[in-house]
Amino acid sequence: MMRLDSKIPSGPLESKWDRHRFSEKLVSPNNKRKLSVIVVGTGLAGASAASTLGQLGYHVECFCFHDSPRRAHSIAAQGGINAAKNYQDDGDSVGRLFYDTIKGGDFRSREANVYRLAQVSTQIIDQCVALGIPFAREYGGQLANRSFGGVQVSRTFYCRGQTGQQLLLGAYSALCWQIERGQVTMHPRTELLDLILVDGQARGIVSRDLVTGRISAQMAHAVVLATGGYSNVYYLSTNANGCNVTATYRAWKHGAAFANPCFTQIHPTAIPPGGAHQAKLTLMSESLRNDGRLWVPKVSSDHRLPGDIPVEDRDYFLERRYPRFGNLAPRDIASRAVKVVCDEGCGVGPGGQGVYLDFSEVIEQQGLEVVRERYGNLFDMYHRITGEDAYQAPMRIYPAPHYTMGGLWVDYNLMSTVPGLFVIGEANFADHGANRLGASSLMQGLADGYFILPYTIGHYLATAKLLSIPDDHAEARRAIQRVETRVNRLLTVKGRRTAAMFHRELGTLLWNHCGMSRNEGGLTSALQAIPNLREEFWRDVMVPGAGSAFNQELEYAGRVADYLEFAELLCHDALHRHESCGAHFREEYQTEDGEPRRDDGRFAYVAAWQYRDGAVPVLHKEPLAFEFVPPTMRSYQ
Amino acid sequence: MKFTLNIWRQNGPHERGRFITYEAQDVSPGMSFLEMLDGVNQRLLCNGEEPVAFEQDCREGICGSCSLVINGIPHGPDQGITTCQLYMRRFSDGASITIEPWRAKAFPILKDLVVDRSALDRIMQAGGYISVNTGGAVDGNVILIGKDQAETAMDAASCIGCGACVAACKNASAMLYVAAKVSHLATLPQGRPERACRVSAMLEAMDREGFGSCGNQYECEAVCPKNISTRFIANLNHEYLRAGIVESGLPSEPESPHAESS
Repeated sequence: MMRLDSKIPSGPLESKWDRHRFSEKLVSPNNKRKLSVIVVGTGLAGASAASTLGQLGYHVECFCFHDSPRRAHSIAAQGGINAAKNYQDDGDSVGRLFYDTIKGGDFRSREANVYRLAQVSTQIIDQCVALGIPFAREYGGQLANRSFGGVQVSRTFYCRGQTGQQLLLGAYSALCWQIERGQVTMHPRTELLDLILVDGQARGIVSRDLVTGRISAQMAHAVVLATGGYSNVYYLSTNANGCNVTATYRAWKHGAAFANPCFTQIHPTAIPPGGAHQAKLTLMSESLRNDGRLWVPKVSSDHRLPGDIPVEDRDYFLERRYPRFGNLAPRDIASRAVKVVCDEGCGVGPGGQGVYLDFSEVIEQQGLEVVRERYGNLFDMYHRITGEDAYQAPMRIYPAPHYTMGGLWVDYNLMSTVPGLFVIGEANFADHGANRLGASSLMQGLADGYFILPYTIGHYLATAKLLSIPDDHAEARRAIQRVETRVNRLLTVKGRRTAAMFHRELGTLLWNHCGMSRNEGGLTSALQAIPNLREEFWRDVMVPGAGSAFNQELEYAGRVADYLEFAELLCHDALHRHESCGAHFREEYQTEDGEPRRDDGRFAYVAAWQYRDGAVPVLHKEPLAFEFVPPTMRSYQ
Repeated sequence: MKFTLNIWRQNGPHERGRFITYEAQDVSPGMSFLEMLDGVNQRLLCNGEEPVAFEQDCREGICGSCSLVINGIPHGPDQGITTCQLYMRRFSDGASITIEPWRAKAFPILKDLVVDRSALDRIMQAGGYISVNTGGAVDGNVILIGKDQAETAMDAASCIGCGACVAACKNASAMLYVAAKVSHLATLPQGRPERACRVSAMLEAMDREGFGSCGNQYECEAVCPKNISTRFIANLNHEYLRAGIVESGLPSEPESPHAESS
């Protein structure tokens, strides 16, 4: 029987983390040298964790499937990173960042974790400045800030529209230093395909060398997964094509609980899909909503050009529905509002899937140059993709899957239900509850990697009984065998349909039934359709080439196979949660004016699912107690 | 739209490669270059042939994975973009397009259009960082950095490490890549303490990896998807010269006339 012990320290919120750190056992410097840790993934969380653990004296084996650790998808984050620095003196504080994040997450996250996140946020900025990250500055030389969706203060630090890139390159440079020092051994172009448990503890991984196809085991004293989110289960998302659920899904099958998989964030401002060939959706940074106004024509039959539609015939739907936050309403709310006006037939562009994001007013008031300086690269990107000039006519945008708040369940120490298996960054179910606020994912990734995991993993390594085990341990051999069997199975189907065809079909199914809004009928039909699609996949998928060679199609087919199983878990979770909260909107649970109806009496818990071979997953509940911020109706009106 | 593609196919680093011609059909002008290749690969798969291997990931011009030489130009005919940001409306219908991998001694071909760029990582490991431990950093506003300085650092730091500069250079030099990192860190006060040893170590690593030296022809700048300027190469040379003086033990500042003689 699985036990969910969140290990939240008792006592006042403000001092939980300090007291916890003091009560944790330390590993002596001599012993650190004898301990090795596997870190899988080199995004913000993985790279910062690997470099910090290396610096502390552990030996780190670090894995990524890219050709270089610098290419992880954190690199694509555009907007910024939050921190409660209050440099603007506009009333920000650790308490306010905590409150905004709890409320933004619609009261489905842990108070203690979120408070800790807000506390370390300020250290992150200092650390990043020390690493040489060229944050935007004011003329006087101080750090600049901007505001982001869902909050009323200006606390977001940024590097033009490439904040994720700069933060990742900072963490990558720290990682490079530790590689040079011999503290970290880097394994690029290597993909995790299974986890190795010895005596119930995570002690290693099985990976495939993507160049030679060699499958091998790597043992260590603990394993850290920093493998990102699963938005690509929808086929089209803003994630990079390589992002996948394989690592966390494999861990789930070994007994790590998967928490809140149905909390999937659909970002309001992506470029609308173009056609069947489309491989991904491109995000336009949320920062655009600082100055751009969203609108659609008031009547669906209005086919005039946007410039010809007078203001009185336009519906600025976010400003109308949420006058207090207007165009800066949180992501889940903005996305749904876009869907509502498009479903009513007022959408613009091909297929009516789009709304205008209009900058004409700010250009008129502040001048073209100001807008160009702020958003130039985003306008260029828009122009390249659509061939349209957003300085002349409004952009068209539509929501797209973007981030997953759900992930492997972890306790306050970021350890999963499998001892020795730690999960950080987007891969864990984390601090964002049912909805993440903008510029918070970079904050969480770096908080976990630089400042939280390096402490908490030490306590585990200092207190757990960890026997030394050889690389050819029986469990490792068995795990290699499992992986080889599966790879061979993929190669021997020799069917007629490509992995992409199955992936696209699965994605469409999920987008329609488990996307921006969900209902019982749709979810039930998806749960019936997915197993059939999966069977079809294993009967008819076509993977060419060999396992012992560079084979991109084999890599992809393996990831799609995992999506085809994981999708079911996602739908089970969405079906069981009879409430609307955050990104999870159940049509059955809404108010008369279409606002979500949360049910704290029945659903104020983390849904942690346990794997059962060949059966419906088992639900475990971690109740969420709100001692410091009483849950309220989350209103942005 | 329809295109004739001449694509470089090569099974491994030690095998002989050659061009093979494929037809790309049903291409729409709004497709990206990589989506067009996806289409070709899907058709190859359905015919039981091995798809063309090429690298890609974010498909929004920031990860630096994609790396195709299109009609002789790294990342294709447009300036300031990566291959994944190139759209088919840029080509005329019926055109013939040649697609090759990055070609440089330091980038061995792994398969088809995929090359091994780990040499760039090793240059970074030689010194492309500030040696600062996690924790204990001073407040971010303690050291003021002027806006212009921060912007210059950001211009240099925008490098995505794709290697197009190397592919475009007839000497296969990685000078622009090294210059970007050296300039980024030398511009900021935090990067100053290690500035001399960094530039020397990174340039030594560049030579060791088999990259050539700069021929001052500026092809690198012309193909850089992030428009990184060759003035950073001038800056790199400046830093290298400065490091030579500092490291040779000559005082970089004029000696004080009142200094005690030994």
